[in-house]
Amino acid sequence: MAQDNKRRDILTVEGLKAYYQMSYFGVDREVRAVDDITMTVRRNEIYGIAGESSSGKTSFIKVLAAALRPPFRVVAGSVKYDFSSGPVDVADATDAQIEAIRWRHLSYIMQGSMSVLNPVRRIGRTFEDFAARPLGLRGKAFEERVVSHLEKLKLPADVLRAYPHELSGGMRQRVTIGLATVCRPEFIIADEPTTALDVVVQKEVLSLIRDVQQEMGSSVVFVTHDMSVHANMADRVGIIYAGRLVEEGPTRQMFFAPKHPYTAHLVASLPRIGDTTQRPALEGRPPSLAAPPSGCRFHPRCPLAIDKCKTDVPPLQTVAPDHRTACWRWQDVQPLVSPHAAHGVMA
Amino acid sequence: MFAVLRDLVRYNVEFTIGAILVAVIVIFACLSFFSPVDPTQVYLAIPDQPPGAQYWFGSNSRGQDMFWQLSFAFRNTLTFGLTVALLSRIISIAVGLAAGYLGGWVDRVLMFINDIFVAIPIFPILILFYFVMRSNLNGFTLALVMACFGWPYDARLIRSVTLGLRHREFTRQAVFAGMSPAKIMLEEHLPYVMPIIFATTMANMIWSIGLEVTLAVLGFTNINIPTVGTTLYWANNHSAMVVGVWWWILIPVIIVVLLFIGLFLLAVSLNEYIDPRSRLRRMGA
Amino acid sequence: MTTLLNVDNVSKTFAMGGLLSRKTTAAVQNASFSLAAETPEIFTIIGESGSGKTTLARMILGLETPTTGSITFRGKPVGGATKVERMAFMAAVQPVFQNPFEAFNPLKQIDRYLESTARTFLGLKDRTAVERAMDEALQTVGLSLAEVKGRYPHEMSGGQLQRAAIARALIPNPPLLIADEPVSMVDASLRMSIVNLLKALRDDFGVSVIYITHDLATAYYISNRLIIMQRGRIVEMGDARTVLENPEHPYSRLLKASVLSTEDAGDGKLATNPDMVALATRLATAPGGQLVSRPDGRLVRVYEPV
Ligand SMILES: Nc1ncnc2c1ncn2[C@@H]1O[C@H](COP(=O)(O)OP(=O)(O)OP(=O)(O)O)[C@@H](O)[C@H]1O
Ligand SMILES: Nc1ncnc2c1ncn2[C@@H]1O[C@H](COP(=O)(O)OP(=O)(O)O)[C@@H](O)[C@H]1O
Ligand code: SF4
Ligand SMILES: [Mg+2]
Ligand SMILES: [Mg+2]
Repeated sequence: MAQDNKRRDILTVEGLKAYYQMSYFGVDREVRAVDDITMTVRRNEIYGIAGESSSGKTSFIKVLAAALRPPFRVVAGSVKYDFSSGPVDVADATDAQIEAIRWRHLSYIMQGSMSVLNPVRRIGRTFEDFAARPLGLRGKAFEERVVSHLEKLKLPADVLRAYPHELSGGMRQRVTIGLATVCRPEFIIADEPTTALDVVVQKEVLSLIRDVQQEMGSSVVFVTHDMSVHANMADRVGIIYAGRLVEEGPTRQMFFAPKHPYTAHLVASLPRIGDTTQRPALEGRPPSLAAPPSGCRFHPRCPLAIDKCKTDVPPLQTVAPDHRTACWRWQDVQPLVSPHAAHGVMA
Repeated sequence: MFAVLRDLVRYNVEFTIGAILVAVIVIFACLSFFSPVDPTQVYLAIPDQPPGAQYWFGSNSRGQDMFWQLSFAFRNTLTFGLTVALLSRIISIAVGLAAGYLGGWVDRVLMFINDIFVAIPIFPILILFYFVMRSNLNGFTLALVMACFGWPYDARLIRSVTLGLRHREFTRQAVFAGMSPAKIMLEEHLPYVMPIIFATTMANMIWSIGLEVTLAVLGFTNINIPTVGTTLYWANNHSAMVVGVWWWILIPVIIVVLLFIGLFLLAVSLNEYIDPRSRLRRMGA
Repeated sequence: MTTLLNVDNVSKTFAMGGLLSRKTTAAVQNASFSLAAETPEIFTIIGESGSGKTTLARMILGLETPTTGSITFRGKPVGGATKVERMAFMAAVQPVFQNPFEAFNPLKQIDRYLESTARTFLGLKDRTAVERAMDEALQTVGLSLAEVKGRYPHEMSGGQLQRAAIARALIPNPPLLIADEPVSMVDASLRMSIVNLLKALRDDFGVSVIYITHDLATAYYISNRLIIMQRGRIVEMGDARTVLENPEHPYSRLLKASVLSTEDAGDGKLATNPDMVALATRLATAPGGQLVSRPDGRLVRVYEPV
């Protein structure tokens, strides 16, 4: 069984802590953006990560993608991948090791596609920069490979000769997805891949990512704060609050039987067409990661908080198959939406 | 700024070598402030002495101690180079930022003037100035004239950077925060242009010093002011090579070459800092 | 009834490409609408990427001049002719931009923009008064001066940056706010707090907001009227609730059908009816057409039969 689990999981994160450690003129500042996260990602699965802004989603994913640079450092824990080329722990791998897996086995779609695409380089040149070496192809063979890949993404071959600013937002995002998938990696990491796209294009891009994932049998970890995207994309969803994983479970259960008050709130805060009841925004403001609250980090904003929450950190415990939550009062969490309540409205 | 310098010295060999070369020559030039001799006086030293314990760099046929003579010469030459660089930087920043940010007819007019200055051949103009001004042509006047020709390429470079910045959202944020165009140019955009200014300063100094030497050797500057160029002029005048006073020519040439190499290395290593992306990376973004 | 903003038959064409292959893009075509001064409202512009929403917003802000047509604010052309007029216009019409990561100069501290706004538009001189104005505005959006002061943009997350940008725009108490996708980069909870904030600005402070978004749900939630744009053309315009509950134009219908719903969470439904997509795509390039009004008050673009 243990052996089975090993083959099933492509990524195992254990006790991961990663901090921004800065010093300004002798004053030290530490932002604990990732604070003790343990989780696994399976082969051929889409794992969604949600959380409010500045909760540390991007930071966490940067560690997974081995794309962190000072002052951001891994302080403790491990991030082990089990690739076909052999296991790697990116939390303390050498640059050469990371270079060897980047794009071929592990690829990363960064937040804000414009920052990846060099504004003064044609798209084709960017493809060469990123993918020619990992693929080991050159000239004509390389171009054919890229063009056939772009075709799958419904992009014309012309885009290779375009500059980034000549493309629309949706096309740019498809180009970055193309970059990330052209080497057929086993593991794809995407940070807010569809934020700032219109709903029509968003749906297109999402189904594209899923088609590519299913065709290649890769695993995808993707971050977005948009719960409705998770609802339609993810096999499993993990919720990050103030640098920690507070709940994780199969998508359906997360939406209709959440076991953490914060998840319940996230799901309920989604506005719907046809419904103008005042949606409560969460009281208080996101905690500072430089000085996070004691005990359960959600306690200052939690409607269910009890005294114990202020002092004791709730452990992430399994409450149902595949479903873990970090809350002392998980039995008392009521789902704020039911699968049917929404139906009538959208008809 | 200090941290940048420290990192440059630590991680960049070109910068370290360049900085040492330039620093040594600057110190040498500064020694002239403590010189026991007047550089304009002749026959104070025994003429034509080779380098040795008494005259470190030898003495020339005019009876001047070459050590002190060159110390003055490099002071004047460096001051000249810096003055040209400073003045032409001011012009190129003003023109580049204004053309790039204000755009429209301001841009068209400024770039038209820019093209004119690119097209005018500078050498005949400088010779013309010499004939008009003769002995009134001191170092500063010459620097002023050369500064007028040293800005157009760099102004274009600065303009192209600001053109890109103009369309960024933060520029609009600044506009709607009520900042004046001058404030936006000088406080929002200048930091992006600063690295270019540093790097081109070096190139500009190499250009202006080289041109000054050329003019002086040909006798088209005020030969009574000791500079690297006039030193070579006098050496040539006394047929130094023919009579075997090689140190009169070789030593200034070596120092000037070292200065150029130093400036060149500084320019190359600072070039890396032109890219604001690398600067942001160093800020930890 | 006086008009606050009047957009009259405005078009904008961009020329693209080099000297030989000159192409023109009609970013906005014949847009008309107006906002009344007495009834502050949230006026929403919805549309696909590249449909001209930002271009329209930029023209209203006076950053771009219309190729044809005119835009007036309180009866005067937007942008202002003299420096004094321009400053008065800028104090009255403030923008919130699309990308929080680009909203502030990455090399500069964020508070300088707030400070400059307070000093120029409120005419404050005294340090404590300036800081009070900054802190008040930041508090409205759920931040505080202590959190923002001395920070560079890369030290803040996207949501924090966007809130700081809105706070900056609020400092001069403008009657009209142009918000270009202010919530597309923030999470649902924060999105609701910003959207609620816009609503509160309208209801409690009488600020009109032109709210550009992709998010139909928040548009439904807060807006009074909306227009739906496709390739530079307004295809449907009317009361927000009426239009969104029962969109008539095929593109509006496609938009609504593309909204991801959560009621079948976990089923992985991502397909859209291809016929709908095809029809909407065809109409995007269909010639002309004109807006006709319907009994329920909306305007819909209809095309000559082909
Ligand atoms: N400065 C410009 N030069 C050339 N074309 C432009 C320029 N600005 C906009 N366009 C074009 O005008 C059209 C409308 O662009 P606009 O930015 O207004 O779209 P948008 O609706 O805001 O899209 P998004 O939802 O992606 O922000 C697009 O086809 C765009 O390529
Ligand atoms: N380069 C950095 N230096 C210092 N702090 C940072 C940096 N990047 C992010 N942070 C801080 O780390 C926290 C988490 O940020 P991030 O991972 O970007 O959040 P998310 O992606 O969930 O919005 C925030 O408090 C943010 O201000
Ligand atoms: S542990 Fe306490 S404070 Fe934390 S989520 Fe559960 S009930 Fe709320
Ligand atoms: Mg993020
Ligand atoms: Mg836009």
